[in-house]
Amino acid sequence: MDETLLKTPLADEHAAIGARMVPFAGWYMPVQYKEGILAEHKYTREHVSLFDICHMGEFTAAGPGVAEALDAALARSVADQKDGVCRYNFLLNESGGVIDDLIVYRMDAEEFFIVVNAARIAVDFAELRKRLPVSVRLDNLSETAAKFDLQGPDSVAVLTSLGLDAASLPKYYHWGRFRLFGLDMLISRTGYTGELGFELYFDASHTVEVWRKLLACPGVKPAGLGARDTLRLEMGYPLYGDEMDESTTPVEAGFGALLKLDKSDRTFVGSAALRSNPPKKHLRGIVLEGRRAAHTGTPLLYNGAQVGTITSGTFAPSLGCAVAMAYLDASADIPEDAVFDVELHRAAVKAKLAPLPFWTHGTANPKV
Amino acid sequence: MAKYYAESHEWIELDGDTAALGISQYAADALGDITYVEIPAPGKTVAAGDILCTVESVKAVSDVYAPVAGTVGEGNSGLEADPGALNVDPENTWICKLEGVKQDSLDGLMDADAYAKFIETL
Repeated sequence: MDETLLKTPLADEHAAIGARMVPFAGWYMPVQYKEGILAEHKYTREHVSLFDICHMGEFTAAGPGVAEALDAALARSVADQKDGVCRYNFLLNESGGVIDDLIVYRMDAEEFFIVVNAARIAVDFAELRKRLPVSVRLDNLSETAAKFDLQGPDSVAVLTSLGLDAASLPKYYHWGRFRLFGLDMLISRTGYTGELGFELYFDASHTVEVWRKLLACPGVKPAGLGARDTLRLEMGYPLYGDEMDESTTPVEAGFGALLKLDKSDRTFVGSAALRSNPPKKHLRGIVLEGRRAAHTGTPLLYNGAQVGTITSGTFAPSLGCAVAMAYLDASADIPEDAVFDVELHRAAVKAKLAPLPFWTHGTANPKV
Repeated sequence: MAKYYAESHEWIELDGDTAALGISQYAADALGDITYVEIPAPGKTVAAGDILCTVESVKAVSDVYAPVAGTVGEGNSGLEADPGALNVDPENTWICKLEGVKQDSLDGLMDADAYAKFIETL
């Protein structure tokens, strides 16, 4: 194993239950356990899985003026975010490119909790520190906060079996403070799978104990980053580094409506560029003919010319076919019923546009 | 019937001059959940070491090489709809047959014991 890789406190626990470990975002992480990616994927859609997400980063920003300062530092409004609400947001550069996509939790009038991608912790922290006034204290909790994702339709039953009151559990994209296993936890109803689920944050000194106790709950099985990726791809959720980077804007990634660029005169870092530069590309869902996956960087050909590039793709276990996300050049004139040619390893297949999410039966936020 | 393995982790099981061909348990485990198996077209002539077909899992794409020269015969079309069968019992699930296999082409291959020792070195 590469000695420079970081280990979560669970590396030995993963090894003990037969995980296959791989490098991911600088960390040594479980890609799958004994049952394998397909079984873990299906189990998450139908029951409940536990994911070790300790590699991700957490910050708190607190102090007088923090809401106004974050409002100017981030692409989505923070000032109008209510206490108890989580909001998907973006840290942009002056060109409107995405430094990171993150989730901001409003704790109270003057405190926010911010969850960031593992590979971007140092970059985000330095950038936010520059953008926030000295009156705002920014703390990096990434090494002291553990994060587990408990995802799947049975996740509520697991938490209630542990003594939490179902009615008190947070609503979709909300968070609350709870006592679980005698520990203080911040629990949000968020996730990266498309299923009903929660993200649990707590003191990292209890990581092993909480992992064991949750896995001991009837019906809870571990799932690795392999299933996390197939689950998020079926939902069309972007992965930083694949669908977004500093040369891609959130408008290009399909989140323009969240920014309300036309409906307000809000300014934030990157807003001038977003308002003056039209998108160069658009992120779209692609369904491929057959089961073979198209991987990052594969060209999308239309009438013999390249009109886009696949950003990530996989066999979609819940759909039984291969799906991908791809950027289509904004300048290309592509009808909605276009048939693309995609060159795979030793094969050429056809592909078509498809609405996102690919998986439409997710339980994360069921529409009544 | 004699079973032989290649260093590239295919096996062949010879019946006369026809060999059933598959991938080893080691290869199937290394690939993880197999999601696609290309069934090579019958009639194609291959030399030892040629790419015969491609097998794909959720996280990997891998070529299957012909351990010996021959002509592609019948394919296991059941794997098109159920590629996962290759994970369940890889040592007894053939992908295709190779016909016209010559006995003297088996020299570079390993028997089950030699292959077991070989994968211990990996």
